[in-house]
Amino acid sequence: MRFVFDGREHIAEPGDTLAAALLRNGVRIVATSLYAGRPRGVFGIGAEEPNAYVHVDSGGGETMLRATQVEVYDGLRARSLAGKGDLGTEPDTARYDKTHAHCDVLVVGAGPAGLAAALAAGASGARVILADEQPALGGGLLGARALLDGAPAADWLAAAAARLAAMPEVRVLPRTTVTGYHDHNYLTAVERRADCLADPPPHMARQRLWHIRARQVVLAAGAHERPIAFADNDRPGVMLAGAAASYAWRHGVLPGRRAVVFGAHDGALVAARDLADAGVEVAALADVRDGSVVVGTEADADGVLTAALIAPLGADGRPAGAPERVGCDLLAVSGGWDPAVHLCSQSGGRLAWSDEVAAFVPATSAQQERSVGAARGTFDLAAALAEGSDAGAQAAEATGFQGSGAELPTVESVPMDRQSPADERPFGAGRALAGRPPAAFFCVEPADEAAAGRVFVDLQRDATLRDLRRAVGAGMTSSEHVKRYTTIGTAADQGRTSGVLAVGLLANVLGRSMTDVGTTTYRPPYTPMSFALLAGRDRGRLADPERITALHAWHEARGAPFEDVGQWKRPWYFPQPGETGQPQDTMEQAVLRECRAAREDVAAMDASTLGKIELQGADVGEFLDRIYTGVFSALKVGRCKYGVMCAADGMVLDDGTVSRLSEGRWLMTTTTGNAGVVLDWLEEWLQTEWPSLDVRCTSVTEQWATVALVGPRSREVLAGLAPDLDVSNESFRFMDFREAEVAGLPARVFRISFSGELAYEINTPSWYGLALWQAVMAAGVTPYGTETMHVLRAEKGFVIVGQETDGTVTPQDLGMGWAVSKKKPDFVGKRSHQRADTARAGRKQLVGLLPDDARTVLAEGAQLVTGPPPTPPTPTHGHVTSSYRSAALERPFALAMVIDGAARHGETLYAVDGDQVTPVTVVEPVRYDKEGARRDG
Amino acid sequence: MSERSERTVRRSDETPEHPDFLWRDPEPRRHYDVVIVGAGGHGLATAYYLAKNHGITDVAVLERGWLAGGNMARNTTIIRSNYLWDESAAIYEHALKLWEGLEDDLGYPIRFSQRGVLNLAHNLGDVREGRRRVNANRLNGVDAEWLTPDEVKKVCPILNTSPDVRYPVLGATFQPRAGIAKHDYVAWGFARGAYQRGVDLIQNCEVHGFRRDGERVVGVETSRGFIGAGAVALSAAGHTSVLAEQLGFRLPLQSHPLQALVSELLEQVLDTVVMSNSVHVYVSQAHKGELVLGAGIDAYNGYGQRGSFHVIEQQMAAAVELFPIFSRAHVLRTWGGIVDVSPDASPIIGRAPVDGVYVNCGWGTGGFKATPGVGWVYADTIAHGRPHPLAEPFALERFVTGALIDEHGAAAVAH
Ligand SMILES: Cc1cc2nc3c(=O)[nH]c(=O)nc-3n(C[C@H](O)[C@H](O)[C@H](O)COP(=O)(O)OP(=O)(O)OC[C@H]3O[C@@H](n4cnc5c(N)ncnc54)[C@H](O)[C@@H]3O)c2cc1C
Repeated sequence: MRFVFDGREHIAEPGDTLAAALLRNGVRIVATSLYAGRPRGVFGIGAEEPNAYVHVDSGGGETMLRATQVEVYDGLRARSLAGKGDLGTEPDTARYDKTHAHCDVLVVGAGPAGLAAALAAGASGARVILADEQPALGGGLLGARALLDGAPAADWLAAAAARLAAMPEVRVLPRTTVTGYHDHNYLTAVERRADCLADPPPHMARQRLWHIRARQVVLAAGAHERPIAFADNDRPGVMLAGAAASYAWRHGVLPGRRAVVFGAHDGALVAARDLADAGVEVAALADVRDGSVVVGTEADADGVLTAALIAPLGADGRPAGAPERVGCDLLAVSGGWDPAVHLCSQSGGRLAWSDEVAAFVPATSAQQERSVGAARGTFDLAAALAEGSDAGAQAAEATGFQGSGAELPTVESVPMDRQSPADERPFGAGRALAGRPPAAFFCVEPADEAAAGRVFVDLQRDATLRDLRRAVGAGMTSSEHVKRYTTIGTAADQGRTSGVLAVGLLANVLGRSMTDVGTTTYRPPYTPMSFALLAGRDRGRLADPERITALHAWHEARGAPFEDVGQWKRPWYFPQPGETGQPQDTMEQAVLRECRAAREDVAAMDASTLGKIELQGADVGEFLDRIYTGVFSALKVGRCKYGVMCAADGMVLDDGTVSRLSEGRWLMTTTTGNAGVVLDWLEEWLQTEWPSLDVRCTSVTEQWATVALVGPRSREVLAGLAPDLDVSNESFRFMDFREAEVAGLPARVFRISFSGELAYEINTPSWYGLALWQAVMAAGVTPYGTETMHVLRAEKGFVIVGQETDGTVTPQDLGMGWAVSKKKPDFVGKRSHQRADTARAGRKQLVGLLPDDARTVLAEGAQLVTGPPPTPPTPTHGHVTSSYRSAALERPFALAMVIDGAARHGETLYAVDGDQVTPVTVVEPVRYDKEGARRDG
Repeated sequence: MSERSERTVRRSDETPEHPDFLWRDPEPRRHYDVVIVGAGGHGLATAYYLAKNHGITDVAVLERGWLAGGNMARNTTIIRSNYLWDESAAIYEHALKLWEGLEDDLGYPIRFSQRGVLNLAHNLGDVREGRRRVNANRLNGVDAEWLTPDEVKKVCPILNTSPDVRYPVLGATFQPRAGIAKHDYVAWGFARGAYQRGVDLIQNCEVHGFRRDGERVVGVETSRGFIGAGAVALSAAGHTSVLAEQLGFRLPLQSHPLQALVSELLEQVLDTVVMSNSVHVYVSQAHKGELVLGAGIDAYNGYGQRGSFHVIEQQMAAAVELFPIFSRAHVLRTWGGIVDVSPDASPIIGRAPVDGVYVNCGWGTGGFKATPGVGWVYADTIAHGRPHPLAEPFALERFVTGALIDEHGAAAVAH
């Protein structure tokens, strides 16, 4: 396989990660550090990697990936980063999927403990999901040298995988990182699908986001190797010891020829032995427990490691005596293993420091989870297998299955006393592993302050021991403060190799225990997740559902521009040939024409988006009396009534009509944008305050198409369409409701007017909507859109909730005191209407405005002041809420909310919009047919 | 050895050097003239101005966790003053003016960056309300502009202003003097200033009760024992209602989780702050390079500092929709704070119904920007035992009289 890194082509072997491939090709410098600009090399082998972050240019392209987790495919192109990602200019257009899953037992991590858990739980018949971030199952067993049942670990892994595959209720998800552990055992996981393929099929989602609800969780995510800090510990060539050995044994890559191994626990010795057995010359071994430490490094002109400086530790824990220089190109460091406690901590579990393990381990469980194996500090293979098996069985039992544990292999590790072929020094004699506890050792004291500035605690953030000491010196005593002061642990590696180091250093300086100092809080996600994945398919047109009416196609065909009202697409106006110019001009011409048609002839609008809620039950009347400000219980069957509802603060919440369809059935309409809000509001009162009322609410907005038929000729058109309906003014009065056949379709006809004209609203089941509309249009009716609707109602001084109102306006402020019952004992908002400020005179009130020049269309949102030119601070007297050019009035006009407005008719105010100041006269809001003769005629 | 390999870490101007000295942890004394409950930004700023403006230094700030570890450490640091109503504009603009001199006043590089804030409009209602707010702001002497989509694109080229998004950008309000600051540094700057003037900052000290003598409060019961107090000033943000209950009165507050997140460090792509209330996302790029994004509020009430995952998903969908190039960024860390939301989305500042007790709460999703301003007026209110003129309209009594200052209807912007 060929791949390109930083413009140079290299060869990789199957199964290589990018980090392995780079080491294989002798690429030692893989990054430049963020602030100091120092060269950096591959440091780890998995999610803990702090240095080797790359930008992948091939495939879909992605930024800031750990080279240790990028799988090489033929043709991969990547480049190094200097601590910062690069978003480029082209969006990622790959497809990202989401899926949901439920299971009895989720096992996180498919190392030995996780596999044993999955085998045990799976054998019980429980539904199991086993997720592991690596492409292959095995975790720490991958490349391990131990013999299982007398055979290489790979054999056992293959057998385990086969057994799992044969269990019908077990789902194995490789390349899947469990990223979040939320409340109620709800976990999220990221499955990487296309990224590892040179040529993914086009239908394949790049990644998949799993939402998993697990009844029980087994956390077996293993452990991350922890370094030890010392001066110049960041040179390319300094690596985690276990990682170095794994590159050798798993990938067949030697990360160096001549190594110094520096450690504080037996794992470092094992790594040294494994490196030696793989053919690396182990030149020296510095074990803290033997009083030997690395105090610094030397480098060549490129900054790459050439030697380690080893010195004895004095009684005070500081290096003592002159260091010995040992030439090497690999310095393998291991301070211990930190259990991957992230998910446990995210779930609410608490951590505690274990002296035995010399690491933070899970201490309490907050949810239905168990940690096993290395994830809880059990590093012995046989013990981890047994723990996993027990946990799997227990988890299955806890979900009602009969668990019996997995059949476990015998474990034979490679004996330590074997002579290394490549090295004279034995790793056994004098360094017996058994019973040597790990040392909790974090940092080698540097020679001086300058050197402390080269003791890197957080490699990715370039944060050093000196930074940490300054934080403590400044008075910081909490690990959260130190993290924030130094930035340690905040980088893209999420502090995997720096977090515990910092706690250790802090505990030392402050003389407090590790548990007392504690780690900073682990927060989701476990490893970074792409924005695009989280967005999933909710992009572009799918960002939010588009709601369209049954008549939508007709509007589209007629070239109507659409207005977004909530999720609805509403036709705004219907331009005709000859109505030309800028969109603004076209709209003006169209709207003037539509308005004239409605006032002088007949016009129709698609009003289907109005919210419609059907209420049934014996107590609907009583309920509506409490919800609306007016009286509804007395409404007769076949009649309609306009109503206003207020929030608890007395401010207008919504308005609409209620029609009584039959004794126990009522139909409420709401504004388009508020339909959901109102339904929630009704349900909230019914369910929490008045559960004894017999009322059921059902949204029927989408079940009905509504055509508003408006204008002096509307009766005539309706009569033509509904020959059986008596449309005479005497028998079909304003605010009457009739069921009828209209254009041969079943329909409800309401004589309701939002325009001030003679008008009808005709409802028909949605699937007949288009037929009804076409029949209306065939009768020579002019279609109109939302803009004309706005103009017509404004000419009449009718308000639109959310335009004239903004949550601070009472019905009385709108001059609609008539809609508020004085007699009802109570309704929502009544008490608030009596509050001092709400009841006072001189509040902002609805008025009309006429621009003095009779030409200017005021800007909606203009503020009103008493005199020009305003210099700040100028108190505002109100603002323009609606403003249009009126065909009927033959001039522009506006509605506004003005302080004490009802008493100020005739006064001149100045409308200020940006730099434009327009004198206006305050007038009463109803500009057209104040008596209502047209509506009632 | 090459020069490159030998360089020690010298923080470029991307990360300022913090002062060598911030504060020390004292043992609590038995009595203070003023005890402030909660060492968030507001509590610390109040202590600072009590000492600085009023010479009141026998003050303790009690914090149940680590100093400024609540919302102060969790917010998205948007600072602006373009609120709709005169009362709000006055207090937020007072704060903004203080921000403009704060770096010098505190002697701390708080990274206050006046990079401007855009509030996007996505429907005709947004446009109307945006213009209304711009005009109101200008009359109040608050810098504000209304931008067309093309002008928006000039301010923020990576924003998708094309008509083919689900909710196209129809315009935006822009406040050039608005911006962001580094929350921790602000808190530490105030803490240091207060400490230097003799204020005791007491961490790991939770208030769980109050002692009264008749109608008057005389001290607080804490996890570190009883501490006597001449006056008690609550500044506990999302937990204020808990304290009020211990004092025997109720506040019209609802506590909700509110989440935010950061990406990895990225090369500079965004040099202003963009907020969209309709599509719900707000984002800035911090000085180090990470994208900082805030999510919507979680609908349920609670005190647990964690929110729901789907809220983050919705927020990322909105972010990618508006900023297509963000699709390649990664979420590094998410977290939640607890915000105290009042019925009119405006704060409550002033005297409490118990003698000697003061409240400052209800800042909800947007109190970081007010930090110096509220510290100033709250300190003045405590020092004189009467509301500062800027605080007067925000008294608790307004929920009795109905003189609400409703900032969600019109400003319709959460932060
Ligand atoms: C995710 C998020 C994003 C936000 N974004 C913005 C933004 O962009 N712009 C903006 O202006 N605002 C924003 N805010 C709001 C802002 O953070 C808050 O309004 C503001 O921080 C509140 O004031 P504070 O700093 O004093 O609060 P906090 O920092 O929460 O301080 C309250 C303190 O009281 C302590 N406390 C509580 N109970 C007790 C007790 N019993 N005893 C002792 N101590 C106690 C708490 O531990 C805490 O430290 C955001 C908030 C969140 C959560």
